[in-house]
Amino acid sequence: MIDVINLKKSYGNLEVLKDITVSIKEGEKVAIIGPSGSGKSTFLRCLNCMEDPTSGSIIFEGVDIADMKVDINIYRRDMGMVFQQFNLFNNKTVIENIMLAPVYIGIHDLNVKKFKNFFIKIKNIFAMKKTPLYEINTSKEKIKAEARENAMRLLKRIGLEDKADVYPSTLSGGQKQRIAIIRALAMNPKVILFDEPTSALDPEMVGEVLDLIKQLAEEGMTMVIVTHEMGFAREVATRVLFMDGGRILEDSTPEEIFTNPQNPRTKEFLSKVL
Amino acid sequence: MGNFDKKLMKFWEIFYTNKGYTKVLIGLRNTLCIATLGLFIGIVIGTIIAGIKVMPKYKKLPKILEKICDFYVGLFRGTPVVVQLLVAYFVVLPLIGIKLTPLTVCILVFGLNSGAYVSEIMRSGIMSVDHGQMEAGRALGLSYRVTMLKIVIPQAVKNILPTLGNEFIALIKETSVVSFVGASDLYVAFSYIGSNSYEFMVPYLAMALIYIVLVMIIASLVKVMERRLRKSDRRN
Repeated sequence: MIDVINLKKSYGNLEVLKDITVSIKEGEKVAIIGPSGSGKSTFLRCLNCMEDPTSGSIIFEGVDIADMKVDINIYRRDMGMVFQQFNLFNNKTVIENIMLAPVYIGIHDLNVKKFKNFFIKIKNIFAMKKTPLYEINTSKEKIKAEARENAMRLLKRIGLEDKADVYPSTLSGGQKQRIAIIRALAMNPKVILFDEPTSALDPEMVGEVLDLIKQLAEEGMTMVIVTHEMGFAREVATRVLFMDGGRILEDSTPEEIFTNPQNPRTKEFLSKVL
Repeated sequence: MGNFDKKLMKFWEIFYTNKGYTKVLIGLRNTLCIATLGLFIGIVIGTIIAGIKVMPKYKKLPKILEKICDFYVGLFRGTPVVVQLLVAYFVVLPLIGIKLTPLTVCILVFGLNSGAYVSEIMRSGIMSVDHGQMEAGRALGLSYRVTMLKIVIPQAVKNILPTLGNEFIALIKETSVVSFVGASDLYVAFSYIGSNSYEFMVPYLAMALIYIVLVMIIASLVKVMERRLRKSDRRN
């Protein structure tokens, strides 16, 4: 699903990622672990080009999205992202947060189709061979209603339907992060990238967020998770990458990595954190 | 205080009986006109410049545009507004051969001048919005422009509204120099009354009062607007 080939990223003279080649398949739950400054967050952010790779390519669904000529926005719709700092839109209510992107993108696509149809109609007047019109079976109202329904369904799922019309500033960290997760889900992504989703949370709220991620994993969502929660990585992940110094040093199953690490750096790191 | 009574009488005679108040009203209108239109032009120019300055600089064009903006901001912040007025009216206009009324010149110069200040206000407003907001929008597949317009700028405006109110107040006060190029404002009106009654104490006192009242009204309007925009910060 995502093929990373010879990915390099440097900030000025500082080389953060040194030649990473890895392939993530559909349905995999990949946990990335490693010490601070090892480049794991940067690697994750390169996957949806939040950081532009210095060189190398990222093939998502057969397209190299690291290419600057590609319209990255189209591919990001299929790659959800959850941030350490939640990043809910502060000027929007909870339900607006969830609905904003589906509604905007739905209406935008509808307008593009209408625009194209308009020209096809004009062309059809003169052309011998009629071009078929794009099929339009939706309307602005329908898109909005569907998005709202979907948002309410997702909110019910996490038991926060009564918070639909409040602003994010009134929510706890755990609530914010769960809403950020369903905001990503509302786009029906093919993969979700989690950037240390529980690192900014109070200890008592970590559980509720991890439970939601676990549920998604069980439903078969493809996910890449940068995390410091070793227990969680071991339980949920189907594959663990250990990163240090901008390289993937070990790539194996959680059992293998946590019980029988091969690389000395992995051994050292795990002995410190476990 | 018998003296003050007499002065008040004299002022009233010119102000009311000799219809000095019409001049004051015209002056008030001009002052408000220059400040409001000036701020409007300033906000338009300032937003454009701030937009250019915060744009990511991958391509060449934004870099060139930024240099031009820097020059503009430097020029208008580096000279007093009186000098700008005089240069515009007595140097630039005759050189390019366009005739404009003093009032129009004042509006344009104050607009250009406040554009330089507003651009910095806007820029700091946009920078004050957490970068994560932009990232979250982009990660959902929204474009830079849409995220900027729907998420970042509304939050920036909320942050800068008090400062923008201050800029408006500063503009109102600065308009008292427009008589340099012959536009009539409050100062012109009251010094007319003063020189006709050979008495300046009451007219200038009245002028000061009008400025204070104007500024207080604007300040309270800004407060009301701010409270409305703070809606999303309130805990309920």
